[in-house]
Amino acid sequence: MAVCEIRHLTKDFGPNRVLRGVDLDLVAGAVTVLMGANGAGKSTLVKVLSGIHAAGGGTVTLDGAPFAPQSPSAAMRAGIATVHQSIDDGVIPDLDVASNLMLDRMAEPGAALWLRGRRMRAEARAIADTMQLDLDVSRPVRDLTLAERQLIAIARAMTREPKVLILDEPTSSLSAREAERLFALIDRVRDQGVAILYISHRMSDIRRIADRIVAMRDGVITGTFTEKPLDTEGAVTAMLGVSMTDLDLEPATPGAPVLTATGLRLAPDAAPFDLTLAKGEVVAVVGLVGSGKSRLASVLYGLERPDAGEIVLNDTPYAPESTAEAIRSGVFLCARDRASNGVVPDFDITRNLTLPFTARHSTGWMLRRRSELAATRDMIDRLGIVCQGPRDAILSLSGGNQQKVMVGRWLSQVSEVLILDEPFQGVDIRARRDIGAHIRETAPERATLVLVAELDEAVEIADRILVLHDFTIVADYRNEGLDLGAVLAAVSGRPAPEAAEGTHTV
Amino acid sequence: MKSESRLIDLAIRYGFLVLLAGLVVLFSVVAPGFAGAYSAVFIFQSVAITGILALGVTCTLVVGGFDLSIGSVATSSLMLSAYAMVVLEMSAVTAVILCLVMGAVVGLVNGILIVRFKVPDLLATLGMMFLLIGLQRIPTEGRSIATGMTLPGGGTAEGTFSPGFLQLGRHRFDLFIENLLPAPVVVFLVVALAIWVFLELTKHGRLMYAIGSNERAAGLAGANVNRYKIAAYMISGVTASIGGILLAARLGRGDIASGNNLLLDSVAAALIGFAVLGAAKPNAFGTAIGALFVGVLLQGLTMMNAPYYTQDFVKGAVLVIALMFTFALSERKKSGGH
Repeated sequence: MAVCEIRHLTKDFGPNRVLRGVDLDLVAGAVTVLMGANGAGKSTLVKVLSGIHAAGGGTVTLDGAPFAPQSPSAAMRAGIATVHQSIDDGVIPDLDVASNLMLDRMAEPGAALWLRGRRMRAEARAIADTMQLDLDVSRPVRDLTLAERQLIAIARAMTREPKVLILDEPTSSLSAREAERLFALIDRVRDQGVAILYISHRMSDIRRIADRIVAMRDGVITGTFTEKPLDTEGAVTAMLGVSMTDLDLEPATPGAPVLTATGLRLAPDAAPFDLTLAKGEVVAVVGLVGSGKSRLASVLYGLERPDAGEIVLNDTPYAPESTAEAIRSGVFLCARDRASNGVVPDFDITRNLTLPFTARHSTGWMLRRRSELAATRDMIDRLGIVCQGPRDAILSLSGGNQQKVMVGRWLSQVSEVLILDEPFQGVDIRARRDIGAHIRETAPERATLVLVAELDEAVEIADRILVLHDFTIVADYRNEGLDLGAVLAAVSGRPAPEAAEGTHTV
Repeated sequence: MKSESRLIDLAIRYGFLVLLAGLVVLFSVVAPGFAGAYSAVFIFQSVAITGILALGVTCTLVVGGFDLSIGSVATSSLMLSAYAMVVLEMSAVTAVILCLVMGAVVGLVNGILIVRFKVPDLLATLGMMFLLIGLQRIPTEGRSIATGMTLPGGGTAEGTFSPGFLQLGRHRFDLFIENLLPAPVVVFLVVALAIWVFLELTKHGRLMYAIGSNERAAGLAGANVNRYKIAAYMISGVTASIGGILLAARLGRGDIASGNNLLLDSVAAALIGFAVLGAAKPNAFGTAIGALFVGVLLQGLTMMNAPYYTQDFVKGAVLVIALMFTFALSERKKSGGH
C-alpha cells in the first residue's frame, strides 16, 4: 500500500532542471532504498519532501491528501520526518538525551513554559524503551558515539509518529557494527508500519535493509526493483546509466610512465594497489561514492598522506606536503564541486583562471595584467567559454561555462599529471563535450587522471578505465570493446572472474 | 527596466564619491572658510592617524578576518615610545623600531591564535585588545608618561622626547604654500599608496583577496592560506603601531587617555570604504576615501557650529548608510545581473 505517491515531480534551480518528473511510491512497512550518483537529484528530492524546497511542478499525496509543505516543520506535522546526512543537524550536543528526544514537543506552540525535568525524563525514557534504545536519558548527547547520536536523531523523528521516515545516508560515518544497531532500529520502525525512504551508496547496507530499490539518474527514476532477491546490479546499471554515446574514441598508446605508485594503501584496512599513469594517456577512475576516489585525488595532490605506499614522479620520489608543492612538481588537481572548492565568487574570469599561477604572471611581486588577460583570452577561445570578455564576473556565467573556467584554470599551464575530479558535475551535454574534447586534445603532453561518477562519462573520455571499490582498484580495462556489464559488476563490488585479468576485451 | 538597472549601477559605483563632492560644495557655500588649502590640510591631518589604522584593518578584512586590537596596538605604541625615550632614555630611532617590532609581534600572535589555535578572529583580537590595554598601564602604574614624572621605583624620569621624534608629528612640508603639509598626512598618503599597490597590483594581494572570497578554493590553488592570514594581521599590527608613533609625536607625551576613539573610527572608515566605487569589498582606495569622508563631514559640521557631542552620531549614521549602499544595492545588482 503506497502511503506517499509522488507524480511528475519537478524542480528547477534557475536554468538548471534538477528533478525532471519523478514518479515514486513509498510503501508502508517497507524500506525503499534510493540509489543515485552525485547530482542525480536525490538530495533535492529529499529536500522537497522534507519541506526545505517547494516543488516546481507535479503532485505529492500523503495518505491520499495533497502534500505541499511550506516549511520543514509543516512537513513534519503532515507526517514526513527526515534525518539528514549530517548527524549534528538532528541532535543538539550540549543537551541531554531526554531534552533531545522531547525537543520537538517543547517547540510546539502551546507547550508548557516551565520544564519539569522528572516528567520529561520519564516521557523520554518511555520513548527510548519503545525504540529499545539502551541509553541513559540524562547523559549529554556530546558524550555519545556517532552511532548513538544517529539512533537518537531517528528516535526523535519517531516521536512525531510520522507516516514516512526519510534517512539520508545514515551509515556514511558508521562502522559495520554500529550500523547493525541502526538496522535493528530501522527494522522495528518498519514493523510499526512506517514507510521508510533510505538513501545510501553502501551495497552492504542495501542488501541488508532494502525491501525495494529505486534507482535515480539525471532527475528521473530509471529503475524500480521489488522482486526478491533484489537485483542490485540492475540497480547500479540503472543509476550509472549506460546510454552509449556515438563518440568515436581511439584509445591512445601510452607513452613513458609519468607517475608510478606502488603498494598504495588509501585506508588502514584497505588492500594495497599499484597505479601507473603514462604520458599521453587519459585514465578514468569510476566507483561509487565512498569508494575512495576523492581520497586518491587528495593523496596525489598533497592534501592527505597515504596510509602506506611509495609514489614516484618522473623517477624522483614524490610525497607532497602541500598543494603548493604538488603544483610545483607539476601535479594539478581540478577539484570537484566548483562552488565550494573552485570558484572565487568575487573575482572576474581572468582572476579565477590565473589563480594558481599568479607567480607565473608576475615580475617580482607585480602582476602583469596584460599577460593574465592574454592567457584568459586564449583559454576562452580554446574552450569556447560563452562570455562578453575576460573581465566578466565569474558568477555572471552559466554553470557549464563556470566549469570550463575551472578546467581551463588547470589547462592554462603545462602539467605532468592533471587530475580532474568530477569535471562534468552539473554541466550540460554541450559543455561536457567541449571540456572532454579539450582534455583529450591536450592529453599527449601529460598524464591525465579523471575521476567520474558515471560510467558513460568514463567511456566518453578515457583510454583506460579503473574501477575503485573499498579504497582499492579492483579492475582495469582498456577502453575498447568494453563489456559494460562486467565494469558495472566491478563497480557494485562483485568483480566478475575475468574482470580481474586487467586486459578484458569482448 | 534596463535604464533603471543602469541607474542603480551608477548609484552603486559613484554614489559615495558624488555624495563626498556634494558635501564639499555644500560646506564651501554654507561655512565660510571651509574652502581653502589650510582647511583641507586640517581635514587630512584629522584623519591621517585613523586612516593609517583603517588601512591596516582593511588588510585583515581582505583575508576574511577582522582586527579589533588596532586601537590598543596604537595606544601601546604611543606609551612604548614615550617609555623608551622618557624613562629608558633611548634614542628616537630605537624607540620607533621598538614600536614597529611590537606591532609586528602583536600581529603575529593574533595570526597564530587565529590560524593555529582556531580562535575566531573577533575573539582573538578582542582578547588581545584587553591584554594590551592592561599591559600598557603596568610599567607606569596607570599614569601618563612625561618628562619629570615620578617613577614607580622612586626618582624622576629624566629623558625627553627627542626633537627629531616630535618632528614626525609636527613637521610641515612646503607644498605651494610654506609649511602646508603635516608629516602625518604625508605618512598617511604613503601608507595608503603602498597598501593600495600591494592589494591591487601584486600577486600577494590577489591571493589575499582570493582567500577572503573562497578560502578552500585558494588553498586548493596552492595558496598558503595560513601564512597569508598571519601576514595580514602583521601588516595590521605594524600600521597600527605607526599610527601610535605619530600620535605620540603629535602629543609629545605618553598620554594614557588618548586614542580611545581610534578603533571605532578606523573600523568605520574601512567599512565605509566598501561602498566606494561599488567595490562591495574591503579596498585601500575606498578606505582612504572613507576616512576622508568622515573628516570632511565632521570639519564641515564643526564649522557650522554643530556641537561636538553630535559627532559620534553623525559617524554612526554615515556608517549605517554606507553599509546599506554596499549590501542592499549590490545584492540587487547581483540578482538582477543574470
